[in-house]
Amino acid sequence: MKKLGISKASQKAFTTYGVVIAAFAVMQIVGATGNMSSMLKGMLVPICAYVVMAVSLNLTVGVLGELSLGHAGFMSVGAFMGVTAASALRDSGLSAGLRLAIAMVVGALFAGIVGFLVGIPVLRLNGDYLAIVTLAFGEIIKSIFNNMYLGFDKKGFHISLLTDKVSAGLGEGGKLIIGGPMGIGGIQKIATFTAGFILIMICLVVIFNLVNSRAGRAIMAIRDNRIAAESVGIPVTKYKMMAFVTSAAMAGSAGALFALNFSTIVANKFDFNTSILVLVFVVLGGLGNMLGSIIAATALVILPEVLRQFRDYRMLVYAIVLILVMLIRNNPAIKNFTGRFRTGKKGGAEK
Amino acid sequence: MSLLDSIINGISLGSIYAIIALGYTMVYGIAKMLNFAHGDVIMVGAYVCFFAATRFGLNPLVSVLIAMVVCTLLGITIEKLAYAPLRSAPSLAVLITAIGVSYFLQNLALLLWSPNPKVFPNFFKKIADDGSELTGINLFGGSLRISYVTLVTILVCVVIMVALTVFINNGKLGKAMRACSEDKDTARLMGINVNTTISVTFAIGSGLAAIAGVLLCSAYPTLVPTTGSMPGIKAFTAAVFGGIGSVPGALLGGLTLGVIEILAKAYISTQLSDAVVFAVLIIVLLVKPSGLLGRKINEKV
Repeated sequence: MKKLGISKASQKAFTTYGVVIAAFAVMQIVGATGNMSSMLKGMLVPICAYVVMAVSLNLTVGVLGELSLGHAGFMSVGAFMGVTAASALRDSGLSAGLRLAIAMVVGALFAGIVGFLVGIPVLRLNGDYLAIVTLAFGEIIKSIFNNMYLGFDKKGFHISLLTDKVSAGLGEGGKLIIGGPMGIGGIQKIATFTAGFILIMICLVVIFNLVNSRAGRAIMAIRDNRIAAESVGIPVTKYKMMAFVTSAAMAGSAGALFALNFSTIVANKFDFNTSILVLVFVVLGGLGNMLGSIIAATALVILPEVLRQFRDYRMLVYAIVLILVMLIRNNPAIKNFTGRFRTGKKGGAEK
Repeated sequence: MSLLDSIINGISLGSIYAIIALGYTMVYGIAKMLNFAHGDVIMVGAYVCFFAATRFGLNPLVSVLIAMVVCTLLGITIEKLAYAPLRSAPSLAVLITAIGVSYFLQNLALLLWSPNPKVFPNFFKKIADDGSELTGINLFGGSLRISYVTLVTILVCVVIMVALTVFINNGKLGKAMRACSEDKDTARLMGINVNTTISVTFAIGSGLAAIAGVLLCSAYPTLVPTTGSMPGIKAFTAAVFGGIGSVPGALLGGLTLGVIEILAKAYISTQLSDAVVFAVLIIVLLVKPSGLLGRKINEKV
């Protein structure tokens, strides 16, 4: 392929785009011919949201090299703010697609801002301490949304914490959007598979272009050796922040997409377990490997549904599959065996 | 007296966190891994003790001992089957395996013991002279009430801390553990069996988890398959708070976290208490990035 003048990085990027587009096309054809089961149909949008979550977390964990255990927090910010925007615009006469787009942009914006605020303290720390602080932020965001009341009327937004002071103070035609522990109810389901596909493509383009740019090389230099990167004059905090905020914003838009696919959404949906679930996608798919994240996210979202015939045993089987995959992937004998088939390739991006 | 009341309750909860945090901190110190399944070992310990005491009607002390034995064996088994093969694997791979083990234990508990909550019996009561049951003592003419559970919890925590400190500082195995946490390869060259040492660490941590499980469920008597996960996360936070890898740090971190949690519940808001706890953690880590008693590791260039 060298003759064509395509770099290895672009090859990887185009393979990933190709696979995603092909998967979308296949799904569209299957859907158009009416062969799609209702189970799969209902899972398309969540799959898209989790794929975006996985690739965005991969930017933090795989490319930036920092373990984040609070990624669901950003998803939660995006979900709540995105749905708030969509509900506020409900009577505005805008088409559903446009409102969905606005919701995702609003979600990304707010999650990006929160990511920036969280990043200021978090990125000063290293290693496990950074991980635990992201975990703490995820839990704090969850607690706040669990106790937040937000309403909307002609005068604008009203907000209160802990007790519902909003409902009483709403003017004519106003409505309560976020109802504390009840979350948001009565959401108009405007998320579509096509929108999910477009979001995945946008995120992939952003990530691949970032990774192959000057900034991306700086980010990877920080991952590989922070001290060396610092000593050649790379502003570490700036590039760390760039990757972290990008990742948070993508998670926010994924959250908006995810939430607009359900009629109710509560803060507890985006807890520590969700963060871990997404981390599992990233690690199983391979750190820094976007296509791997996409495949792992898709497979692991579908797996529990396919295992439904095992009923009560399905999460048990899921856990066993997870452990076995990790054991097999890291078995030295198997690594040597598969290593023979990919000579010339460096041994994985894992730390 | 409500402030004093809260502080005593906080110390009691903190003692439980400290015992759990010991499991995290010791395993982290030696195997350099976050054992996410630790919280679920607590849950298993509590269930075993529950069934031993209620279904088989055993003496509470015997039930606790059985729970400790089961958890110790469980800890060793988990270590041998899931973690030992990954000794040289990247740390994230081990982390994901630990998460897998955690899911496995939770779902196994769900299958074996059903999601219905069990009400944990209160072992710590005595029959008063007039035949009524006493669950605590009253001080200052009844204005301050301390339950036996609280007293026992604090006492057990102190005993464990002293015993563990003596064990780590004086025993041969303790010395081996310290050597392994310092430098595994050198320890191996000095003739220390690193694998056995790691197994022993897991055994001790899991045994303590059983005690923590019983104490936790005695104080908060609802037992479900996810009982261990939130205290597990908080205890892990406590371990980081005190400086991960340090035994006194686990005690200090656990106690601080417990007191802050109870005070936040009493004076700020019940729903936001978790947020307050985590906010304090963030502030502490910003001021002291390696935790309260953590060793500062100088960067090598």
